[in-house]
Amino acid sequence: MAGIAARLTDGLSRRTVIWLVFLLAALVIAPWLLNDYLVTVLILILYLAFAGQAWNIMMGFAGQLSLGHALYAGLGGYIAAVLFTRYGIGPWLGFLAAMPVAAAAGAIIGFLAFRFGVTGVYFAILTIAFAEFARIGFDHLAIVNAAAGLFLPVAQSAHNDLWRLRGDPTMFYYVMLAATLVALLLCRLLMRSRIGYFWLAIREDEDAARAVGIPTFRYKMYAVMISAALTSFTGVFYAFFYNNLFPEQVFNISQSIQMILGPIIGGVGTLFGPILGAFVLTGLAESLNAALTAFGLDLPGAEQVFYGVCLLLVVGALPEGIWPPLARRCGIAERAS
Amino acid sequence: MTALLSLAAVSKRFRGLLAVDGVSFDVAEGTLFAVIGPNGAGKTTLFNMIAGATPPDGGTIAFAGGPIGGLSADEVCRRGIARTFQLVRPFPALSVEDNVIVGALLHRHDVGAARQHAHAVLRRLDLFDKRRQRAATLTLPDRKRLEVARALATGPRLLLLDEVMAGLRPTETDRMVATLRELNRETGVTILLIEHVMRAVMALASRVLVLDHGTVIAEGAPETVVRDPAVVRSYLGQSHHELGAG
Repeated sequence: MAGIAARLTDGLSRRTVIWLVFLLAALVIAPWLLNDYLVTVLILILYLAFAGQAWNIMMGFAGQLSLGHALYAGLGGYIAAVLFTRYGIGPWLGFLAAMPVAAAAGAIIGFLAFRFGVTGVYFAILTIAFAEFARIGFDHLAIVNAAAGLFLPVAQSAHNDLWRLRGDPTMFYYVMLAATLVALLLCRLLMRSRIGYFWLAIREDEDAARAVGIPTFRYKMYAVMISAALTSFTGVFYAFFYNNLFPEQVFNISQSIQMILGPIIGGVGTLFGPILGAFVLTGLAESLNAALTAFGLDLPGAEQVFYGVCLLLVVGALPEGIWPPLARRCGIAERAS
Repeated sequence: MTALLSLAAVSKRFRGLLAVDGVSFDVAEGTLFAVIGPNGAGKTTLFNMIAGATPPDGGTIAFAGGPIGGLSADEVCRRGIARTFQLVRPFPALSVEDNVIVGALLHRHDVGAARQHAHAVLRRLDLFDKRRQRAATLTLPDRKRLEVARALATGPRLLLLDEVMAGLRPTETDRMVATLRELNRETGVTILLIEHVMRAVMALASRVLVLDHGTVIAEGAPETVVRDPAVVRSYLGQSHHELGAG
């Protein structure tokens, strides 16, 4: 246990560890201090932080731009929901089933792209295309109720059932907090291992990576599959939190875009960027909504405009994202990557 | 003694142009072997075929007794051939140290062990003090040294250096020559270099091959090759001042 703790904190300054512990403590006690609405906002933030972290493995680490991550989330959600509603199989086992399916979907896209030299924007378009195939396909798939949508029975029990993910927002909050923490630690371990270095090399210059002996095809496949498997959890969570799934929603490109805004605002390729980005974006967007409501204004689409403005500001003023300059200022920089 | 690298009748055609035309030569283990020739002679194409960046159209390339012609670049590197690029290509956003760690990880699975090895290589190339800098912030001479360090960290038996002296000032060239010599002497690594800077070739190479229009026009000890009339006519005639400087 001490060994693992040492390995996880290796290379972090004392100051960073203190900050992280403080932040984690604040997040742990947050549900006692906040009302249900704010807890729900925090759930959304953590959900996006997790999704951003998963997407970042592909783009931030291995340099492969995916604009179709809704595919993996949607597959995860539908698999877990169908197993639950039809066979009574709980979400955790459902997640175990969803992971390999999402990884396989990622492997198919990766294989087609990397084998036939589809790179850059063309690769991104391919990922969109597959998410769109899934959206249209699921719209006509009887086993998932097609376009009419799949509904999960809403819990009537008085207590929280963690195994079946039926319960109040506080339970969902802790589940997502734990998941986000696991994703952060996993990414840190990946980044500090051989695979992480090889991904960065591929991101920086694929020909040069090949010249130092890295089998780039295989390592890009690993990146897509790990990222897809991790992303499938967001779908499982979505299904059990919202209790409904519509192909039109879960496979929509807007879902894919929402997942990547956090890391882009926070800092692509950094470990903390996706988390910071999710907090900043969702936090500000919700404040905006609250302010508009308080002033009695009803402006549909204000949130989307706000996201657009944020993106413009960050891309223009802080092309690395918010986190890298902030980390340098606080003297807790991650390694130069 | 058998050759470490052996090329027999290797050819490469780009559309109508025969870039490399039936080139054969052997590089003995532990030597410093230079390939020279005018621009467009086919030197880099030859290099790219050895390194697996482009497959040859004809002929055989053998390394350490096995054929490597047509293997992928990463496979060639895993067999023990590491290269640098003519236009340097370090991983720009990574630190100098991380650049070299990537190379060291080829035959090591533990990052700690790779870092230790990287430090040893960085010391050898005089880059240890700059290990925390981003590679993109290095000066050209240092980026060239970093390319050598990254390639060397993969633990090659053969190092392919594509014009590592180009663009260096004479003092920097001398420094690179000294480094490469020391490297060859102390580690026994075989070095095959493409070079335009005759001053460096004369100081380093134990054997020189001259390419012109894709074919070998001379091969031998450097002192003999520079007196070869065909070599003087096709190549050295244009760079007498460099010889004089060397």
